[in-house]
Amino acid sequence: MRILETEHLTREFGGVIAVNDVDFHVEKGLVTGLIGPNGAGKTTLFNQITGLDKPTSGSIIFDGKDITGLPAWKISRLGIARTFQNIRLYKELTVVENVMMGLHFRVGQDPFHHRFTQALKSYLFASKENREVYRHAMEWLDFFELGEHAQDFAGSLPYGKQRELEIARALASEPKLLFLDEPAAGMNPAETAHLMDVVRKIRSLGVTVVLIEHDMKLVMNICDNITVLNFGMKIAEGTPNEIKHDKDVIEAYLGREEEE
Amino acid sequence: MLNFFQLILIYAGIYALMAIGQNCITGYTGMLSLCHAGFLCIGSYATAIMCKTFGFSFWLSLPVAAIASGLVGLLIGIPTLRLKGDYLCIATLGLGEIIRNVATNLNPVGYNSVPRANLFGYEFASRNKLSFIILIWAFVLVFYILFQQLAHSRLGRAMIAVREDEVAAQSNGINVTKYKISSFVLGAAVGGIAGCLQTAYTLTVQPGSFTFMVSVMVLCTVVLGGMGNGKAVILGAFIIQFISYFPQLTGLTNIIPAQAKQIIYGLLLIVMMLWRPQGLLGRDKFRYGDPRTRKERLVSFFVRGKAKGGRA
Amino acid sequence: MGTLTLYMQYIVNGLTLGSIYSLIALGYTMVYGILKFINFAHGDILMVGAFIGLLIYNGLTGGEAADPGAWTLLSFFIAMIASMAFCALLGMVIERVAYKPLRNANRLAPLLSAIGVSFILSNGAAWIFGTQSRRFPYPFENEPIHIGSITVTPHQIVIVVVSVVMMFLLTFFVNRTRMGKAMRAASLDQATSQLMGINVNRVISLTFAIGSALAAVGGILASFDFRVYPSMGTMTGLKAFVAAVIGGIGNIQGAMLGGVLLGILEAVGAPLLHIPNGMKDTVAFAVLIVVLLVKPEGILGKNEREKV
Repeated sequence: MRILETEHLTREFGGVIAVNDVDFHVEKGLVTGLIGPNGAGKTTLFNQITGLDKPTSGSIIFDGKDITGLPAWKISRLGIARTFQNIRLYKELTVVENVMMGLHFRVGQDPFHHRFTQALKSYLFASKENREVYRHAMEWLDFFELGEHAQDFAGSLPYGKQRELEIARALASEPKLLFLDEPAAGMNPAETAHLMDVVRKIRSLGVTVVLIEHDMKLVMNICDNITVLNFGMKIAEGTPNEIKHDKDVIEAYLGREEEE
Repeated sequence: MLNFFQLILIYAGIYALMAIGQNCITGYTGMLSLCHAGFLCIGSYATAIMCKTFGFSFWLSLPVAAIASGLVGLLIGIPTLRLKGDYLCIATLGLGEIIRNVATNLNPVGYNSVPRANLFGYEFASRNKLSFIILIWAFVLVFYILFQQLAHSRLGRAMIAVREDEVAAQSNGINVTKYKISSFVLGAAVGGIAGCLQTAYTLTVQPGSFTFMVSVMVLCTVVLGGMGNGKAVILGAFIIQFISYFPQLTGLTNIIPAQAKQIIYGLLLIVMMLWRPQGLLGRDKFRYGDPRTRKERLVSFFVRGKAKGGRA
Repeated sequence: MGTLTLYMQYIVNGLTLGSIYSLIALGYTMVYGILKFINFAHGDILMVGAFIGLLIYNGLTGGEAADPGAWTLLSFFIAMIASMAFCALLGMVIERVAYKPLRNANRLAPLLSAIGVSFILSNGAAWIFGTQSRRFPYPFENEPIHIGSITVTPHQIVIVVVSVVMMFLLTFFVNRTRMGKAMRAASLDQATSQLMGINVNRVISLTFAIGSALAAVGGILASFDFRVYPSMGTMTGLKAFVAAVIGGIGNIQGAMLGGVLLGILEAVGAPLLHIPNGMKDTVAFAVLIVVLLVKPEGILGKNEREKV
């Protein structure tokens, strides 16, 4: 079953076509890799889907619902969470506070109450709600083995841990679909190995994962499906094995072989 | 001497109220707005008009002042809050001046002899400063508690997320525009209430008194104490008013030039930014409220160092 | 007088006003180009420039009593150059003390610091010079010259000529000299230009010096029409800032264009729309806000997007 589908998605920046007529789809419950050379339009595609940027044309269907052009916060509430290529943590807040932000619309939202009464309730009983949010956040930190750093400033964490914290924050909103933008960038091999475990753990929670990554070993190891972009266009999709032997993909990465 | 101490207490209270509003806008949500003089102006005018023209009592004009000011905040907030940093600062500066200019054109001489405030038959006369000190500080206390609760609630958390990183906040499901506007409107409404109280004390409203300088003083108050810290902002209000009344207090009005206080405010802004950008008291330790239960808090109070959950 | 000639007259007045705005706008735009920050104190530097110019001029000639002649004209230019030098130094000192240490701080910090500087300058001037406004005497016979039915006064000609010369010098400096090239490079990418061996700190210092010197000229030229007083920089500075935004902030040609455009707009628009004197500032601020909202990138500026 497809949880996400884009149809003819196109994004132009003043004449430059960053994403060109892309039909990208994600199977529910699986890990999908999005790969391609630098400048292929991967992050731009992410930004369209998560609402940080609006597509020039085309549509995005998530969970049977058209989410094209919705603001980012609405899309996030529908169940799409993401991390950023250039880590965007709340650096001057503590680790646990970062995850508490991720829980923003998860705790204190009672479907049986009107929005206003809810807001009033959460204002009047702020400290009770705070404790609840805090407890949830700590659980997520424990899941990522970040509990001991809970009271450190997010900006002071080592790089690899910052990446993990960003994933923890995204996951705290209990998304159906999680986008990871180059999660292994700048990680050492041990951290990368740990990251792979984390992604598998997330998959086992039933969360669908899409990741952009340049580390081929990681991609081939943990992805069920791979889509390849080049110059804004989709050039291939399939299982890791199929992609490994795809002529177009090899060409995009290595260049055309010189004819002798 | 005593007289000036009382004046300091009264104006420190009025500025503390304004600073609570400014703190909500600048400290929590991180928007550098420079039009608190405008909100004070609207609150004062609304009170004067309500009391003089429509015969409202002080207590009835109070919510009118808050709502009028909040409404103007909403009206100007919706378009301008899209602007970032420097641009927002300049745009709000312009709005503050526009409000003052419009008020001046509306009534260039201002209002005199506004009816006095009255509580259960007790009349607040300007002579009796002590009663005003109590009245104004009661308001400061109430709004301090209200905004402290706000800071530690879901709303306050979202505002701080917006301050730290708007893009990340959006992808955490936080409606950035909504929280920016809420924070601006709330801050404006408190400014209006400060204006209402000031009018109740002075019983006159003059358009010339709502200059840019007032906005800078309020900003200075927040920066001095510590952006985002409720207690610090009140401390800041005391210091600012102490500086303001220092010449009168020491009887040195002939020696100290009238501009000295403004120059000191300017210096304070620079010095604070250079050496203590977090303000005198720094940030609130538990910005989102103490996550621990009461029992845990008690334990940590008596057993220092063993406490878990709080940043030492 | 016919309507057409009336408007021709307004345009001439607007050109004069506009060239002053352009000179001041250049300072805003150059600093923004490199530091991405609005120098709030720029308007007050203009005021300091006007005061210093006036003091030196009065010192040399004896002020109002002096008969316009070669000596007064020479004194005027001496006063202008001295004031430029003083303001250049002032600009550099301000940058060094109040902005440089904050280059890597929170984005609100330099802005707050700049507000502080602005407050110190304007109130310091009020303390030293008093709050009353003073006239800047014309250093030459200011007999109106009639060209057809349009009247031009010599002081308008001086304003336009001096402004054009200054802008020409600046353009030459920025485009033809080594330091100017360094400046352009630094405004494109500070880190890279540092790697290419450009001393970015010196470039920034120089930017402040040039911008402040131009503001001093603008201040002196403005004081013919607006008189000299401690808060003169606020309104003129803000309008110049609008000019910089209209032209596209960070763009030198844009600032020149924006200034002239705003000057003409103000001179023609105010009588055309029958804006009463008391509402002039309100309209100016309203225009400022509308420009910021509708076209924040200006005419010649490029739209910068935040990279996600």
